[in-house]
Amino acid sequence: MKAKKVLVKGVEAIALGALEADCKCYFGYPITPQNEIPELMARELPKRGGVFLQAESELAAINMVLGACATGVRAMTSSSSPGISLMCESFSYIAALELPAVIVNVMRGGPGLGGIEASQGDYFQAVKGSGHGDFHFMVLAPYNVQEAYELTVKAFEFAEKYRNPVMILSDAILGQMKEPLILKKLKIKKYPTDTWALTGAKGRPSRIIKSLFLDSKELKERNLKLYKKYQKMKEDVLFENLVNEEDEIVVVAFGSMARIAKEACLNLRKKGYKVGFFRPITLFPFPEKTIQDIIKGAKNQLKFVVAELNCGQMVEDVKLAVNGKAPVISLPYPPSVIPFPEELEKDIINV
Amino acid sequence: MKIELIISGFGGQGVLFAGNLIALSAMKEGYYVTYLPVYGPEMRGGTCNCTVIISENEIASPLISNPSFLIILNYPSFVKFIPNLKKEGIAIINSDLVKPEEFKNPKYLKKDYKLYFVPVTSLAESLYTPLLANLCAIGAFYQITKIFNKFTFKKALKEILGENKTHLLEPNLKAFELGAKYIKENYR
Amino acid sequence: MSKFFRFPKSLKKTLFHYCPGCHHSIVHRLLCEVIDELKIQEKSVGIASIGCACFLYFYIDVDILEAPHGRACAAATGIKRAKPELIVFTYQGDGDFAAIGFNESFHSALRGEKITAIMINNTVYGMTGGQLSPTTVPGQKTTTTPEGRDPNFWGYPPKIAEIFAGLDGVAFSGRFAVNTPKRVLETKKALKKAFLAQIHNLGFGYIEILSACPVNWKLDPVNANKKVDELIKFFPLGTFKDKIKEKEE
Repeated sequence: MKAKKVLVKGVEAIALGALEADCKCYFGYPITPQNEIPELMARELPKRGGVFLQAESELAAINMVLGACATGVRAMTSSSSPGISLMCESFSYIAALELPAVIVNVMRGGPGLGGIEASQGDYFQAVKGSGHGDFHFMVLAPYNVQEAYELTVKAFEFAEKYRNPVMILSDAILGQMKEPLILKKLKIKKYPTDTWALTGAKGRPSRIIKSLFLDSKELKERNLKLYKKYQKMKEDVLFENLVNEEDEIVVVAFGSMARIAKEACLNLRKKGYKVGFFRPITLFPFPEKTIQDIIKGAKNQLKFVVAELNCGQMVEDVKLAVNGKAPVISLPYPPSVIPFPEELEKDIINV
Repeated sequence: MKIELIISGFGGQGVLFAGNLIALSAMKEGYYVTYLPVYGPEMRGGTCNCTVIISENEIASPLISNPSFLIILNYPSFVKFIPNLKKEGIAIINSDLVKPEEFKNPKYLKKDYKLYFVPVTSLAESLYTPLLANLCAIGAFYQITKIFNKFTFKKALKEILGENKTHLLEPNLKAFELGAKYIKENYR
Repeated sequence: MSKFFRFPKSLKKTLFHYCPGCHHSIVHRLLCEVIDELKIQEKSVGIASIGCACFLYFYIDVDILEAPHGRACAAATGIKRAKPELIVFTYQGDGDFAAIGFNESFHSALRGEKITAIMINNTVYGMTGGQLSPTTVPGQKTTTTPEGRDPNFWGYPPKIAEIFAGLDGVAFSGRFAVNTPKRVLETKKALKKAFLAQIHNLGFGYIEILSACPVNWKLDPVNANKKVDELIKFFPLGTFKDKIKEKEE
């Protein structure tokens, strides 16, 4: 049977992806611009034997996710920037407890209450530190509606594979825009949860899922275990690479900014400029090896240009990956000054 | 083929509904489409616009600075968007709220626009359905572009109205026809 | 003659780390006896919260999840909603349940979550060294109220058991103590009811247990035990809501 094609918003695609991935529990608290996710889940989850519950706060919602995940059930929450900040303490716990939670952040402008325009201001929060201690999310950044659907399915798979929280980092443009979505029936990978989940100690010794390790050796081992896991995640790094070896400029962008950047790059190429386009899809782990390979394979001295809807965050990761072998220039666009492709073209040429 | 359309008007004029409907109809004809609403915290009132891109090729940026097509439903939208219209761009203008005399202003005379003045508000009122001015505008859009056929449009409209609003199908189609007819009679 | 007193099956055979005269160990034992008698050891999941009792998992032989400070009832909600066949309980202190986690506790009760919440009320923050708790009684000295709790400045302690009794989602609510043998037996009965409320799907089961903290009260175990009687003047003992009894009648 041919897969059905529908016209949906990015946030609806995320919800549909979660349903496709057999997500059984959704807990959340309303916040613009992602309310279509809880609304769709409220309609659809109960029909599929799942649970939808609107919590009294983001704090409660993320801890409900924590509880549900501890039983081995696929569970998620979604929110936008200020709501995500409220959840940060529990992200640290979820990572420490090694629970496979899926969290969606449809970013809006900040800091503080900010605004509801599109922004990518939470890059640092998602990639570097969304809570105390030495831990990481796996972070996936879709750039179109189809990818929002398929990466959400992958988020559940990765979360279970690594027993680690996975964040889908999207923004108000991709969240609110509609595009055709092909509802592909995907082969959903599942990983065993019965070796660790809390389901009642029947026919087995009782289990403890905890993050308190007062013994310093134990705590060190837990941290090293997490570190090894983050290293292993590199085997699942995802990116889109449109760089030719003759290129002189590489434009790096993610999420909806990458849509604008891609158009600008393709237009510049048509005009004869040697401009390549690189898009990280996993923001953590960051595709640093591919960036190094791009530099090695380049025939000309490269210049990296990092365009973001913030004052320059991902540019730091690009700098680390480039490691001094090429100049890295930041093109920052703080919220509410989203550039049109023509403006970005000019900015790239000026560089 | 690529249409970069901005629809703009007052909140409550059905701007977003129209954008969604055009995008869905074009999708059903096999085009790549993007539909990007610009929304504010208020649910009603204020100005409101959306961008619809229809293309034979994959669409990169959903944002555009210079539309090739405009549907202008009120005066503030006219002032805001007409100066950005591409050379040889097309605009459907609600002539109930924006008078053709406005174009005597040299500011708006620079480029070779193709302008269609359609009294969508009074057309809708003639059907006793003033809220369907947006459908009259879509009818005009259809007649000018023929980007989708009527059968596809009807299917898309049915889908958007859903089962609970099937009674609105007939009046919506009537308003659509009226807009299309106006173009046929006055601009060919 | 059958053996009357035996070691509970669901209590791990290990030494308690609690301070001499602390009531946690008594409540742990009662909890295990109830789990055994209701035969729910193999389908229970407990939530350890932050405070002295976070080491619940060293003693109670059921599946246990450690929740962030105050969020036990939210985590319990997640477990119960994901797997309604499980018996889920939280074991929290007064700081965890009534201060930082009050919102989660209150809303879980409002929703009538089919979980059992045990709140150990010793009127101070035990693990951090005896600071003011919401349940510190007027006049009581703590390390952060060295002159005693002045209600004009600090307000008054909440009577959670009475407040929760007024919520429609709550099936059982009561306050008990374990400083005399009679009260220990009463507490056990009530604890069982707080679980039965869940087992019979009646709603939220809440039990508050006044507990001695000799170290932070700066008393020896015997006098700390006696001091619980003084607390009762402010926190009266009793069952304030019992839907199980109503159902039986």
